[in-house]
Amino acid sequence: MEIVRSNRKSTAAAADSVPALSLYRSAPSLEVRLEEFELYAIDRLRVLKGISDGLSRGKKPDEMEKLVSELWRVNMRHQDANEVMNKDIISHFVLRLVYCRTEDLRKWFLSMETTLFRYRFRLEGSESQRALMTDFNLPYKPLSHAEYEGVKEELSQVARSIGLPHNADSMFFKVHFEEVPELVATRKVFIHKGYAYVAMNQVASLVVTQFRSHLSRALALTNRKWMSSIRDQEKDRLTPIVEAMSSSYLGPDYSQPKESTEISLKDIDQVANSSFPLCMRHLFEKLRETHHLKHGGGCNWGCSSRCRNPSGVGLSLDDALAFWRRMFFDCQVGSERFDKEYAYSIRHNYGKEGKRTDYTPYSCQKIISSTPGTGDHHGCPYRNFSEENLRAALRRMGVGERPMEEVMERVRNRHYQLACTLTFEAVHGTSCDSGVNHPNQYLSLSQRAMQSKVRGSSCPLTNSAVIGDPCVDLGIGDPPTHLPFCRMGNRRRRDKTTSDGRQMDRWAHLPPFLSLVGSRKKMPLTSGDVGRRVNV
Amino acid sequence: MEIDVCPPEQRQPNMSIEGFHADYLKVFYGKLFPHADIFKWMSYGNDGKHPACDQSYFGRREFSFTLDNDIYIRFQSFSNATEMENAIKEKCPFKIDLGAVYSVDPPKRHAYAGNNVFTPVERELVFDIDMSDYDDVRHCCSGADVCSDCWPLMTAAIKVMDTALRDDFGFSHILWVFSGRRGVHCWVCDGRARRLSDEQRSAVADYFRVYKGHENGLKKVSFVGPALHPFLVRSYNDVLKSFFEEDMLPSQSLLANEARYQKILDLIPDESTTSEIRDKWNSNRRSSISKEDVNIARWEQLKHALQSSKQKGLRRCVEEIVFSYTYPRLDIEVSKRMNHLLKAPFCVHPKTGRVCVPIDPRRCDEFDPGKVPTLSELLGELNDMDRVRADSSSGLPAEEWERTSLGKYIRFFRSSFLQPLLKSCKEELEGSYSAKLRQSKDSLGW
Repeated sequence: MEIVRSNRKSTAAAADSVPALSLYRSAPSLEVRLEEFELYAIDRLRVLKGISDGLSRGKKPDEMEKLVSELWRVNMRHQDANEVMNKDIISHFVLRLVYCRTEDLRKWFLSMETTLFRYRFRLEGSESQRALMTDFNLPYKPLSHAEYEGVKEELSQVARSIGLPHNADSMFFKVHFEEVPELVATRKVFIHKGYAYVAMNQVASLVVTQFRSHLSRALALTNRKWMSSIRDQEKDRLTPIVEAMSSSYLGPDYSQPKESTEISLKDIDQVANSSFPLCMRHLFEKLRETHHLKHGGGCNWGCSSRCRNPSGVGLSLDDALAFWRRMFFDCQVGSERFDKEYAYSIRHNYGKEGKRTDYTPYSCQKIISSTPGTGDHHGCPYRNFSEENLRAALRRMGVGERPMEEVMERVRNRHYQLACTLTFEAVHGTSCDSGVNHPNQYLSLSQRAMQSKVRGSSCPLTNSAVIGDPCVDLGIGDPPTHLPFCRMGNRRRRDKTTSDGRQMDRWAHLPPFLSLVGSRKKMPLTSGDVGRRVNV
Repeated sequence: MEIDVCPPEQRQPNMSIEGFHADYLKVFYGKLFPHADIFKWMSYGNDGKHPACDQSYFGRREFSFTLDNDIYIRFQSFSNATEMENAIKEKCPFKIDLGAVYSVDPPKRHAYAGNNVFTPVERELVFDIDMSDYDDVRHCCSGADVCSDCWPLMTAAIKVMDTALRDDFGFSHILWVFSGRRGVHCWVCDGRARRLSDEQRSAVADYFRVYKGHENGLKKVSFVGPALHPFLVRSYNDVLKSFFEEDMLPSQSLLANEARYQKILDLIPDESTTSEIRDKWNSNRRSSISKEDVNIARWEQLKHALQSSKQKGLRRCVEEIVFSYTYPRLDIEVSKRMNHLLKAPFCVHPKTGRVCVPIDPRRCDEFDPGKVPTLSELLGELNDMDRVRADSSSGLPAEEWERTSLGKYIRFFRSSFLQPLLKSCKEELEGSYSAKLRQSKDSLGW
């Protein structure tokens, strides 16, 4: 995407004559705010995953048409009518970057985008479809009158053979038979000397095939460009976003408030001590120590703080700002500078700057994968801490000696989430069958365990005990099959016993976590700042 | 096509008629097999004489040899004609199969890591029609046998498909080859055909698929709709109708007795019509006055009954019956994938000793599988020629094969198929070469 001055004005003026569908032939010249980069893509991803879901459930074409229409309407709308098209295009191209990187990703993306296009095309009227075909310079030539006269008998025969009315006025197109294999295979077209004579109402098949092959080639090209130049050029900015997106936590959305019980600022200290997972404890401690965190750490904390489900730390936006302001004031940062430098980050996390409602908090995967720089305090302590420091931290949490060894064993094998789970079990004295996939989940389970202790029961936290709780839904059970790239470790669960007969750890088969590219550096500072030029 | 057959008395007395032996093969590959022609064909013009030639092309073609004792070697390749010829002469394969042109030399395929590095990139569009697939409609032979009564089914198949491949698909370089025993192979060698993907090939194969055979009890050909596709109409009118009515009905006696005509009646979904007809035929024994063949007469009656019937579902019954019996029955799997191997022309069939010779589609009516030269006949001819040459002192010996019965087939292969093909390949190479020189940069963004 070359960035020039925004030409949105001209697009707006021509909105009427611009077709509603894009073939995404080339990246447009648009300015893209860094937020939009990610947020638009996530919205589109929801559409694609919805389509994937619909297909795997075996929905019929009519149902799919409705589904696509609905998904598109819900996710891809925009307050500004002019922006709708831009969102469409931008999100497509961003997802191209995300999904160009391996064969599997490409196949999936190609398949979903083609399906999306097919149904969106179907939903267009025939006039619009014709306009689209001409606009896109597709190599399908309408028959001249003379040509038509020469074959109209056969065309009529074909129409009758497939039970369609033959309208003498309908447009026919001539195209190489290789372009329409489905129509040839079912003998739904007349072919002569290598050309297929396709009726207007069969055109969707042509266009979709063309779309598909074009996108397939484009993806291969994009991959090459990505590997050779973009990935490195953008390693501080776009690359982490792109690489995280395909494995993004698109499970239950923690952004929706469940209940309104909030924890006040006073209670935080107490909750932190008893129920925070180690990563959050650490950040919290450091926050108090140093009075502010660099952005990476801040992002983690801000997210979790913002969560307003009963398990979470129920800070409202203003509360959070107040909390931080207090911390920062001690450090003599001063209100103004705070507003400028840090408030944006917080607001960003709350989605006030961006167009989305809330920002999905980081899952364990993401946290584990982020690499804190010097002076940062985010990331997963099980991964980042030295053995000595980790033992000390765990001792402070109340982990006994024997469980400590088990935890350290997991850490040595790089099973950080298991280590955290074992810590939970040691601290709370109950088993945690679901495992820990998210800091808020730890918090939630912890709070529940505390409550049940208070009530006198100490039932282990199995799936059955907490059905319906979104934190645990992604524990054991079927992996989310419609999310091909949600790398939940439980996917390959197997019960194994070691050679000495001991039951192997339930999750010992999890692969050690792969490391991704480095942390996110500073985001744009002021709310009015438009993202830097994106040159991809 | 005229065939010279060696008069029996001139044959060596100790050679059997159906001889197939490794020693014979040695002579065959030494003197008769057209190595150079096969090489030229497989090169498709990439003979190194033009700057646009792809020097690696021939080397990326897979050859497969079947040796004695069913030893099977795949993924052979050769870098030039001499290498290929020497390998064949040395190994004397019982069968040579031609595979696809791959992205890398087949023997080196393991050297390349990663998925999709070793893939087929070009392959002729091929078809295989085997007489044994018609066993349920031919009563003269079954299984491996073939005779002059049932061979015309192959002829009809060739006509239907050849016309469609040329007129509908626009292909021109088509080679039909006798499979050596009971079928035919078709090689479509146009550039467009070679570059078809598996999906497109599949589509072409499905276009030809009408007979959905071998399901017990179900009708195997079913035409719905008020009209037939123009391809089917043409096939019916030009070939199948007359073949069925004039040739197959009488030669296979399809309606002569109850056992046989019941099979046809089984294809008719309406019980009242069929029982009416059955009664008629049962009671009305063939009158000795009528000179007309009983099959043809009965067919007329049946047609009349079906076409004048008011019943739905009988509309296309006549065509369905004709197609069931006569329409080409392809082995679809052979055509659908690029990596499917197929026997090379001019091999010798181990069971019959016959050479897999080309068939001229324009004169396929004249082709007689029983008159195709066998290996032993050809060797006999060579021996005779040697004697003659030894006796006379005249002239330089022409290529040995030219004066055997094989000569006509090789000449036909060259003039009718190979030369036009190579000419067109050259044009294609030259065309794409000059196009490349003119081409502007690819403007595709990311």
